[in-house]
Amino acid sequence: MTPALTVLEAGLATSVQDAGRPGFAHLGVPRSGALDATMAGVLNRLVGNPDTAALLETAGGLVVRADSAVTVAATPDVAVHQLAAGDTVAVHPVPGELWGYVAARGSIAVEAVLDSRSRDSRSGLGPPAVVAGTTLVVGPDPATAVAVDHGAPPRRRTTIALWPGPRRDWFDDAAWRALTSMQWVVTPEVSRVGVRLCGPVLGRAVTGELPSEGLVLGAVQVPSDGQPVVLLADHPTTGGYPVIAVVDPADLPSVAQARPGTTLRFRPR
Amino acid sequence: MAVTVLPYGPAAWLVESDDVLGLAAAVRAKHRAAGFALVDVVPAAGTLLVTMSGEPDVEAAAGWLAALAPQRPEPTAARRVVEIPVRYDGDDLGDVAEATGLSVADVVACHHAGTYTSVFCGFAPGFAYLRGLDRRLQVPRRPTPRTRVPAGAVAIAAEYAAVYPSPSPGGWHLIGRTDAELWSLDRDPPALLPPGTSVRFVAEAGP
Repeated sequence: MTPALTVLEAGLATSVQDAGRPGFAHLGVPRSGALDATMAGVLNRLVGNPDTAALLETAGGLVVRADSAVTVAATPDVAVHQLAAGDTVAVHPVPGELWGYVAARGSIAVEAVLDSRSRDSRSGLGPPAVVAGTTLVVGPDPATAVAVDHGAPPRRRTTIALWPGPRRDWFDDAAWRALTSMQWVVTPEVSRVGVRLCGPVLGRAVTGELPSEGLVLGAVQVPSDGQPVVLLADHPTTGGYPVIAVVDPADLPSVAQARPGTTLRFRPR
Repeated sequence: MAVTVLPYGPAAWLVESDDVLGLAAAVRAKHRAAGFALVDVVPAAGTLLVTMSGEPDVEAAAGWLAALAPQRPEPTAARRVVEIPVRYDGDDLGDVAEATGLSVADVVACHHAGTYTSVFCGFAPGFAYLRGLDRRLQVPRRPTPRTRVPAGAVAIAAEYAAVYPSPSPGGWHLIGRTDAELWSLDRDPPALLPPGTSVRFVAEAGP
């Protein structure tokens, strides 16, 4: 029998994700992919998969059952479990974090769309939504050893490195100083698209409309209310708000995992 | 031609240019010989976003982009004209007529008289911003967006025309609809109107 996992409880905002589909942004296709690529890599390595193999991402409450013997690694314990047919595993984020994952040895073998198994939360591009009763086939055994020494959960940072963005000069110097010295609180507006922060209002040096321009993963976009939004994997490919800064890729998982109410600081890189 | 190259994090640049599509063609044609690996080349209203993989030499990459001469996009894309049949029965035809001072018939005639160019995609997979809208039809977007616009809705807002590729919220004025498939995974590329495509709208007989 083909190894498979059946979803008993879909949990919150659960989806299949891999490294996403960069390369199609000129067609309006978001890149998608695991929000916490570091944790996804750790869990995949634990079960002997390539770092970017497709796995399940959830904001919590996901319960899956093995339909036959399957080796998995999941949050919150970030450990390997040999599931026998009928065994279940409950997947939650690591305490204090926002997104949890479960990787299966052989990877989640949903059909790839535009070279990726990731689902885009806005357009629905990619595999179907994960709902209770969904059966997810697990791919062939990768014939690698199950690792034992890659289980350390990633270390989180609360001071995040920033690169200057293309529209840094659309803001006054006070705005850059405030961004890189004050405390920023993560608001409840967090999703796969982005994280809205609350802090001092970032004042503009250049007023007026910005024509739409391309956006990158980790862009810190500032809408007209002056409160920054850090763009995550499902961000739109273009947008008309000025980008003051870009989060260093190494620190982006820490931003994506920050729960509402968390305080972040930024430093110039 | 003067271009401005703005750094955009460790591996991306935003290039301001008045020939965005020509620059995109040059980036795609010449990056390998220059030793750069591309992730995305994203045209927009007056800028080109170029993202590279690996850890590019930032000064070399910015210098290369600044010195790059635009070239004509691949002839196949440039010569292609996509015709989109439209049934002009959109819910906002009356509003557009009122805002522009034209009759509904004139709004329709103005819209399908033009030849348009897809200048960039954004908002949703396959949503192309089409330049070439008659000045008389340029009205700001609706004050309150609709929560759901159907796939195939033919719309205008500000200086652009567009066709919604999939159902989504939307704030543009709906003037008609088409059965043309704007987005199909059975096609390569899946977008019917990738940047650089020429577009004409053709009026279909009413019901």
